[in-house]
Amino acid sequence: MSIQHLAVGVDLVLVADVARSVEQFGDRYLDRVYTPAERGDTADSPSGLAARFAAKEAVFKAIGATDAAVAWSDIEIGRRPGGAPEVVLRAEARRLADEAGIGHWAVSMTHEGAMAAAVAVACKDARAGRPAEEER
Amino acid sequence: MRDLICSVLADHARLKSDASELGDEDDLYQLGLTSHASVNVMLALEEAFDVEFPNELLRKSTFQSIANMAAALRELGAEVPAR
Repeated sequence: MSIQHLAVGVDLVLVADVARSVEQFGDRYLDRVYTPAERGDTADSPSGLAARFAAKEAVFKAIGATDAAVAWSDIEIGRRPGGAPEVVLRAEARRLADEAGIGHWAVSMTHEGAMAAAVAVACKDARAGRPAEEER
Repeated sequence: MRDLICSVLADHARLKSDASELGDEDDLYQLGLTSHASVNVMLALEEAFDVEFPNELLRKSTFQSIANMAAALRELGAEVPAR
């Protein structure tokens, strides 16, 4: 796989900002931004939610459609059996990723104290736009 | 409408600048608006103007400036609530 077939995104979120949003807006904030699976996985804990928000932003950046209209809940950070995070895209987020030729994702999240962060790597279809001589 | 938008920004945008000193076209992301703060701004605008932003308006540029937010709110039929 060559470098042009990879795209990366990163984001950093203050846990206190998420806690403040939950306090101020409650379910309006939670349901607008997070999926039921994300809320279940985190039990609505600010640190877990902040890590997922960072991951959603990281995925959005990796897709590369800077000003696209994408609902936050259409980028879901789920859990594989065993606990590793996985990216589940829906609606416009799915369409944009398909259009960009993104077939696979790797995402990693962390939170420590006041901060939560995530990195997302998008792996594009190696054959998309590849010259014929490179197919060997 | 502008005054109410500035009030929402003062309460939720957490900008480096005083919201009362913003120009209509100032780039709020350049002034420190984060993606997460833009969610709070959107939810607060919905409360203040009794509207709901549809998915097609959930793009970064909608919240990039006072002018863009005012245009989006007008598109949604928002009116300045009576005091």
